[in-house]
Amino acid sequence: MKYVDEFRDGELAKNISANIAREANPAHAYRLMEFCGGHTHAISRYGLADLLPASVRLIHGPGCPVCVLPVGRVDQAIRLATEAGVILCTYADTMRVPASNNLTLMRAKAAGADVRMIYSTQDALKIARDNPTRQVVFLAIGFETTTPPTAVAIKQAAAEGLKNFSILCNHVLTPAAMHAILSVQGGVALDGFIGPAHVSTVIGSQPYEVFASDYAKPVVIAGFEPLDVMQAILMLIRQINSQRNNGRATVENEFTRAVTRYGNLKAQQLVADVFELRESFEWRGLGSVPHSALRLRAKFADYDAELRFNSEYVAVPDHKACECAAILRGEKRPQQCKIFGTVCTPENPIGSCMVSSEGACAAHYSYGRFREITQ
Amino acid sequence: MSITKSYSRPLDFKNGRIEMSYGAGGRAMAQLITDLFAAAFDNPYLAQGNDGALLPMATGRLVMSTDSHVVSPLFFAGGDIGCLSVHGTINDVAMMGAQPLYLSAAFILEEGFRFADLKRIVDSMAKAAFDAGVPIVTGDTKVVEQGKGDGVFITTTAVGVVRDGITLSGDRAQPGDKILLSGTIGDHGMAVLSQREGLSFDAPIVSDTAALHALVAAMLDCGASLRVLRDPTRGGLATTLNEIAKQSGVGMLLNESSIPINQPVEAACEFLGLDPLYVANEGKLVAICAAEDAERLLDVMRAHPQAKEAAMIGEVREDAHGFVQMTTKMGGRRIVDWLAGEQLPRIC
Repeated sequence: MKYVDEFRDGELAKNISANIAREANPAHAYRLMEFCGGHTHAISRYGLADLLPASVRLIHGPGCPVCVLPVGRVDQAIRLATEAGVILCTYADTMRVPASNNLTLMRAKAAGADVRMIYSTQDALKIARDNPTRQVVFLAIGFETTTPPTAVAIKQAAAEGLKNFSILCNHVLTPAAMHAILSVQGGVALDGFIGPAHVSTVIGSQPYEVFASDYAKPVVIAGFEPLDVMQAILMLIRQINSQRNNGRATVENEFTRAVTRYGNLKAQQLVADVFELRESFEWRGLGSVPHSALRLRAKFADYDAELRFNSEYVAVPDHKACECAAILRGEKRPQQCKIFGTVCTPENPIGSCMVSSEGACAAHYSYGRFREITQ
Repeated sequence: MSITKSYSRPLDFKNGRIEMSYGAGGRAMAQLITDLFAAAFDNPYLAQGNDGALLPMATGRLVMSTDSHVVSPLFFAGGDIGCLSVHGTINDVAMMGAQPLYLSAAFILEEGFRFADLKRIVDSMAKAAFDAGVPIVTGDTKVVEQGKGDGVFITTTAVGVVRDGITLSGDRAQPGDKILLSGTIGDHGMAVLSQREGLSFDAPIVSDTAALHALVAAMLDCGASLRVLRDPTRGGLATTLNEIAKQSGVGMLLNESSIPINQPVEAACEFLGLDPLYVANEGKLVAICAAEDAERLLDVMRAHPQAKEAAMIGEVREDAHGFVQMTTKMGGRRIVDWLAGEQLPRIC
């Protein structure tokens, strides 16, 4: 298939794999964090670990929107659906995230709440138009990739005077999370980042330059196809080797077919029109991170479900045995969690990382768990 | 002296709708059965008109299977709930190595359902049953109030006979056996999905719904030592292989490059983020057979019009954990796990 097969070519993969094996110094460790869940998924689904030498270790990052949503945020959505009686619209993965009282949005739906799975913000608007007597709330989650479509929906709702539509805004920012990862005392040791694919199409490569200049961490922005990931790993190894010979860390762009230095300015403007920075936002795993999330600007406050329904965020601790927090910080691997694959499975997730296919635990469980068991 | 037939107004197959009375057991129901179902499914067993069909005894062991069909939308490219409900149940019997003989059909109709649609569905069932040579010999109709159904639900049951010497079962796969697949995967699921309200996209994808008993007969006749046959419907190829691995207490190793898939299906899965290994099929089968017979069986399959693109996709291995693994196109290894949750709602 055109535009897909080129990026999944097994022969090319072998070549890159051979180059990596030749250029990676076996005496050194190359600890690379793939920030995005999209990369985590690709690495697991295509079995890329088998194509890398032992010195290269991939560390899963927090770039999975469903994973970083804290329990209290899902609770808010469930309360809106059950207590305020709204039609709650959500992307599919969020439906299965465990919340307080052994609930999920899926279970709330089974118990009678009106929760609807949608594919785009346009579906949520349509539901609002079709149900003028009901309140419709869109559970807006995601990094910079999913924020512009939410902004479009808000502008459309305002233009149409749609009174029964609002959003529960949980849009978060990638660079803020990368800062947080690098700032954790005693946190994970990293030699470089595989930089986000889709997020970078919106924000460009420029926002990562600070990680190269101030933290001396090489960043290579990579597409989500398996060859993109392999090529980015090779580029990172070359940068790290050069750093070890007094070279400097830089931001490189492997994903030039979609990412520019300054990104999608139109989308950025749209987001800036509609949203403003929150002072602070709580992430699962990273805790409260300053200036790491967005809320609606005052002029769009009518569309803010938190204000409309007086819905307050209440922090709730994660399940005691769940290691999602440490896994999201890159400090632990999924298989180091005591309940991984036993109590916590994709059918019965305890932590959010076991829910989305981009979550580190779900990806490892679904695609890679044979490695510890059979080898 | 013959009884004079009293006049009854014909069913309005153009504009009429199902009313509660059509399930109430009175004259309206009798008319629906006679004028629609019996007329379409016409065969001597059904024509007996009794509470059950009186059937001649067959020789061999009996196989019986039942399946409910709740697909949405009811009509899709390549088929509809009617022919699907015939094919699906015939295939379940055929996968036991049996010759399917008779079908039953039970309908749950929703008040307000259009007669025109019902007739289209019933005619499609009648054609599928006729083409397959498996008559629908008994049935039932119920009507539920509006809002308590989704147009029509159909449950079919099939009975067949399996001749002596044939034993196919999900627990018979052995390390070293080869895994064969009769054709491309994901066509049915993506055909249905592409026409679902709220998600419709234009794609030249046609459901593969088909009765497979003739293909199975050809495979059995060639004398290859077949261990397992199964049709990878809901949950797709991945789920079916995991079921077999679990039942047989074995592992499997697949080769991604050898699994046939139509390009539009691959493209549609790609942009919806679905894995075609988990997408439903309604006219494909998986065969597990002894290694020494695999090539011969593959030739027989490829010579049959329903399995021209048959492929050998992997082999059965010893594995205490029962993992179905796959060598990816990239040369890495991954698990092909059970489907977690539901990938798509209501496709068969």
